[in-house]
Amino acid sequence: MKKIYLDHVATNPLHPEALEAMMPYLKEEFGNPLSVYEYGTRAKAAIEGAREQVAELVNAKAAEIIFTANGAEANNFALRGIALAKQNEGKHVLVSRMEHHSILNSARFLEKSGFAVTYLPVDKKGFVDPHTVKKAITKETVLISVTHASSEVGTIEPIKEIVKVAKEHNIIVHTDAVATTGNIPVDVKDLGVDLLSMAAHQFYGPKGAGALYVKQGTRIVPLIYGGIQESGRRAGTENVPAIVGMGKAAELAKAELGKRIEYLRPLRDRIIGTMAGAERVYLTGDRENRLPAHASFCVEYIEGEAMLLLLAAKGIFSASGSACSSKALKASPVLLSMGISSSLAQGSIVFSLGMMNTPEEVGHLLTEFPAVIKRLREISPYAQGWGDREEGGQHWTVKE
Amino acid sequence: MDHFTNPRNVGDMEDADGIGTEGNPTCGDAMKIYIKVKDGKIVDAKFKTFGCGAAIAVSSMVTEMVKGKTLDEALAISKEAVAAELGGLPPQKMHCSNLGADALKKAIEDYRSKQKQ
Repeated sequence: MKKIYLDHVATNPLHPEALEAMMPYLKEEFGNPLSVYEYGTRAKAAIEGAREQVAELVNAKAAEIIFTANGAEANNFALRGIALAKQNEGKHVLVSRMEHHSILNSARFLEKSGFAVTYLPVDKKGFVDPHTVKKAITKETVLISVTHASSEVGTIEPIKEIVKVAKEHNIIVHTDAVATTGNIPVDVKDLGVDLLSMAAHQFYGPKGAGALYVKQGTRIVPLIYGGIQESGRRAGTENVPAIVGMGKAAELAKAELGKRIEYLRPLRDRIIGTMAGAERVYLTGDRENRLPAHASFCVEYIEGEAMLLLLAAKGIFSASGSACSSKALKASPVLLSMGISSSLAQGSIVFSLGMMNTPEEVGHLLTEFPAVIKRLREISPYAQGWGDREEGGQHWTVKE
Repeated sequence: MDHFTNPRNVGDMEDADGIGTEGNPTCGDAMKIYIKVKDGKIVDAKFKTFGCGAAIAVSSMVTEMVKGKTLDEALAISKEAVAAELGGLPPQKMHCSNLGADALKKAIEDYRSKQKQ
């Protein structure tokens, strides 16, 4: 059976050229970048080259890029590192309700450590309103963190406008750009942010490499203490092969970005165009301002994990934010924060495309997916409506 | 997996002798089990389920297991027995199995309360 991978928000395959760039560092170039002899100096040169490549992808200076193990570490580092560095100026942090767990749980850690955290609401398309940010700011606010785009609903947030509001009060802004970096143009100067998180495996780089952009002159407290790696801001022997792979993937993403978007967007539009018109299937997130390879829906009267498993049985791999598909057995907080009822949120399904996907594969999905919906609705007791269940999709309609 | 991809006994039952519903879609799973009883034995069972793969497989298995059983035998079917028949369920899916046993129990109670009237 042909396998169709439509879960690129989970991870991407490694670009063959990135793998090729990594190979020497998995084999003969095994040196520790701190070593002063040639093994070390070559490894050091390799990670500094990668730093340049990553910096170029986001229009930063190389010295502003700190390598981390992944996006979650970059997010933890940003929140804790800035809050701790700024705690004498104020102990209030703003994060949106759309954030990844690595932001939300870091925010909860800060709350336990004596900080006040305001969780910014989002509208039904998943946008954080800059006016809401403005209203939430107090004299104590030292940091605002809003995702560049949520991988669950694909909505691209108005970061520039949020930065504008923040800068009127001289507040530091971080954005989790894990879902966007390498997938849409990300320019730290244009966005105006002070910190930005990214992850290599989201743009065809390897797992095990991420980075935090920290604007020059921004003081940050390290997350990991130890040696002088990463200018003393992130200790630990560097993951040289992964960092080299991230650099190569960044270079390729920068060079091919326009072409990739041009290829992926029409495929995404075909999925949205077909499915958002289906009966009681609702697009989640904004129609226009969304990730170019991202199509997410809530399908009424059926459950996401069941859809996901039936599609997987047909060789089509996707994601869901339903309670059953999460280990915690809780419906996606992102969907609930958008005002989607918990019954409808159970019908969440996300298709995210990548460069391996073909128009034929999308065609196959658009044949199989409606059949899966039909089958599960035959099994569902609610196919005629939620009955006495007060919460239904009719109270939350975004179909356009 | 087979009971999920090819569930048995899916459907409504017009002339059901007992109906049991359990769960709530807001939590992720809801099950409706119908039974047909003759001479103290369950002769037919059908179900409708909103839920994940495990919940659907459990519904299918429960409705298979009860056929031909007396009401007391059916009441004795435990969530562990259903899970075991399915070849085991992961720990976080055991509540789906629970749901199946509970919905069945409610269907039998529904039948018995109707008999008393």
